[in-house]
Amino acid sequence: MLKKQNIALWLLIAAVPLVAVLPLPDFWIAQLNYIGLYALVCLGLVLLTGVGGLTSFGQAAFVGIGAYTTAWLTLNTGMSPWLTLFVGLGLTAVSALVVGLITLRMSGHYLPLATIAWGLALYYLMGNLDALGKYDGLLGLKSLSIPGLNGDIDIGQGRLFFVLTWAILLAGAIALLNLLDSRPGRAIRSLKGGTQMAEAMGISTFRYKVTIFVIAALFASVAGWLLAHFQRTVNPSAFGLKMGIEYLFMTVVGGVGYVWGAIVGAGLIKLLDDQLQVLLPALIGTSGSYEVIVFGIALVLVLKYLPDGLWSIVARKMPSPPRKVDWQNAPDLPARSKPAQGDLVLQVDKIRKQFGGLTAVNDISFNIAAGQIVGLIGPNGAGKSTTFNLITGVLSKTSGQVLFRGSDISALPSRDISRQGMARTFQHVKMIPDMTVLENVAMGAYTRGRSGVVSSMLRTNQAEEQSLMKEAQRQLERIGMGAYLHEQAGNLAMGPQRLMEIARALCCDPALLLLDEPAAGLRHKEKQALAAVLRQLQGEGMSILLVEHDMDLVMDVCDHLVVMEFGTLLTQGTPAEIQASPAVRAAYLGTEH
Amino acid sequence: MDFSIASILLLDGFTNGAVYALLGLATVLVFTVTRVIFIPQGEFVAYGALTLAMLQTGKTPGTVWLLLILAVVAALMELLERWRHHGNAVRAAQSALKTLAFPAIISVLSIWAAPQQFPLGVQAALSVAIVTAFGPLVYRVAYQSLEAATPLVLLIVSVGVHFAMTGLGLLFFGAEGFRNPPFWDERFTVGPLALSGQTVIIFVVSLALIVLMWLYFEKSLRGKALRATAVNRTGARLMGISSHTSGQLTFLLAAFIGALSGLLIGPTTTVFYDSGFLIGLKGFVAAVIAGLSSYPGALLGALFVGVVESFGSFWASAFKEVIVFTLVLPILLVRSLRSGHSDEDH
Repeated sequence: MLKKQNIALWLLIAAVPLVAVLPLPDFWIAQLNYIGLYALVCLGLVLLTGVGGLTSFGQAAFVGIGAYTTAWLTLNTGMSPWLTLFVGLGLTAVSALVVGLITLRMSGHYLPLATIAWGLALYYLMGNLDALGKYDGLLGLKSLSIPGLNGDIDIGQGRLFFVLTWAILLAGAIALLNLLDSRPGRAIRSLKGGTQMAEAMGISTFRYKVTIFVIAALFASVAGWLLAHFQRTVNPSAFGLKMGIEYLFMTVVGGVGYVWGAIVGAGLIKLLDDQLQVLLPALIGTSGSYEVIVFGIALVLVLKYLPDGLWSIVARKMPSPPRKVDWQNAPDLPARSKPAQGDLVLQVDKIRKQFGGLTAVNDISFNIAAGQIVGLIGPNGAGKSTTFNLITGVLSKTSGQVLFRGSDISALPSRDISRQGMARTFQHVKMIPDMTVLENVAMGAYTRGRSGVVSSMLRTNQAEEQSLMKEAQRQLERIGMGAYLHEQAGNLAMGPQRLMEIARALCCDPALLLLDEPAAGLRHKEKQALAAVLRQLQGEGMSILLVEHDMDLVMDVCDHLVVMEFGTLLTQGTPAEIQASPAVRAAYLGTEH
Repeated sequence: MDFSIASILLLDGFTNGAVYALLGLATVLVFTVTRVIFIPQGEFVAYGALTLAMLQTGKTPGTVWLLLILAVVAALMELLERWRHHGNAVRAAQSALKTLAFPAIISVLSIWAAPQQFPLGVQAALSVAIVTAFGPLVYRVAYQSLEAATPLVLLIVSVGVHFAMTGLGLLFFGAEGFRNPPFWDERFTVGPLALSGQTVIIFVVSLALIVLMWLYFEKSLRGKALRATAVNRTGARLMGISSHTSGQLTFLLAAFIGALSGLLIGPTTTVFYDSGFLIGLKGFVAAVIAGLSSYPGALLGALFVGVVESFGSFWASAFKEVIVFTLVLPILLVRSLRSGHSDEDH
């Protein structure tokens, strides 16, 4: 089955050689060449900004690194451009790594700020270094050529260059589309919604942020290499901050979340730019770069009224068809060994959390055995969710120890705890609304796959993808969500959303499941269904820790209850004991005086 | 380098640093209250200096026309939005007029005053008034309806506003640069240092403004309201502090500080329509040193940037911008190592 997008893609691929043989004027071929180069830079920004939620104003600087590297090396050492491409990529990757490693640990706006400063610094460096020809730049570069039968064939100009550029561009676009629909791609798509959920699925969000920043920079570097040999001269003006901002502008106008938006935006802005540069000075009467006024105002208007860009209009008309189910025969993912019935799974020993002078959790201790459902209850503000976050590693403990299946996990971050087989859900559902239920749930199996960015781009990861999808489907069916596989997660009602989170947690193949208020906001029937699911999981040997306010549910399914009040352990015991306890009654209902 | 050169460079650095400090403070102020990273802060600097230069030549500054256009756009937006919201035409017209009034008065006053060749002080005050009036209008037109957007979207909007304001600066002031006359022609000699009157004014005004801002935020109710918005927008709104008003007030202060900075540096360097950007960005580097959150930090950062710049231009004048802007990376590295983890989640 061919997706509609795929048809469009094949048409575009077929169009490239066709355009090259059409009797178009050379001017238009040159325009298309520039559009292709700009779109290549914008592709990187789609991944970085549209998908990953990070932004760089310094892409032009990376274009500059690619361009100056090949210019200087081919002019001074006579190296072949086909080698300097890789030197340029290497230099770009190193500088992107440095900027990324420094800024990406901090909140989102430090990266764009750093790229502004970095772009400016690089611009003035290029403009002042004697070796790089100062502001005049480097002249007399060779065109790209490949060895042919009768001497070298020049492919660096005109129609052949057009084919080269657009072939690279389309290859880049396909690689990105492949990447986004894969295990690392789903991790990248989770970055925008905050890091907590992704980390709980075992994903190192920092690593992926750095990765997409480097990938975006590499796209820009390739464009710089092409540009240098196409123009056969390089000078700093093409790599300044203004150009860096313009790349972002192109991407935003085209549709920052869409791969094809990059090409639309680059094309539109390039053509508009040319028109305005002629029209405005004629209108105003003096020369000057007045087009920035129009661009500036247009950028604000686009962000206000069409924040998803032009391609969003097209995308709305072309809903993607459901994923083809081709994984029935895929091998199962390897499962981890499960604790034997009755073994201690979790030992919480005097954990404590202080926020300044406030002790939110005060030396709480309890145990969970395999196959047990333990409820953590208490009035509002008792410290249940904090306890939960301490166990799962979202918050760091002030003191105390947590043992999971015998090994100390007290100091581990949440992603490493998840890797050991402890899975959780969230009090407020955290998901990626524009992915399908199946894809959301497959994120839970992230730690059980291995395929990386490169193999995803090249689509050599398909066997593993099939296994991941098969597992996701199995878990969804296990909790009765088999009918929702291809639904957009954002369209689900609250009940199914919570069930989806449980399926996602199950995908991690956990020995212990931690559920944070799974019944909140559920209707009566949905609660009954949830209770049935929990009992079924218990029957399959799963241990569960449940934070919940719904007493009917808690008393119904739990084997053991831990009651907290004001951060301290009030009492623990079987549901019957807890119901009979005067202290618990007092905590919930107050005491008579 | 001997002691006298070092002290001259140090003085030079502190002089520029004092102006960067003002801009850094404005950047921190705008970011904490509105979460807008206000790239166009420097444009106010250029607008301020060039408006005064125009008044000096006896012409009506182009900023006046720009101000009028912007005020009309803002008033129309106000009218439409209020009308759509409340359906009350009278109240909508009232609030539109309120938006229009102050800029209109300033504009008429400027058009009248421009050919009269008033003394420098009066022209300076008028320039500050014109540019200050831009602040709330820029907020109203570009940012107000995006108050709930992420800092990232607001940052991209800032870039759009910066583009538009630079281009409009070219349109209304032309490509020519101007150097304003100093406000005080006196010269002092202190040991090896030659202190100009303008330098003294820069220090005094910067210091006074910093003290005034401190008083405003510590002692006045309005200032406290802005601080409340900076800490928690929703909470502040529940206490009856309008986020629209806070935003416009903040931008008013930012524009005022920008215009004043423009007057301060106008006599020390030739200002072009696009000079503001680099000056503003250096204030920005200072603000980043302070993590976009601390006023004293921004002040120290700015003095540091000024000194680095003046020593940089002595040793490697071609690379002074490279040095100043590369400075951001080690600073961010230190901040990153100290913060340790991402603080993105709410």
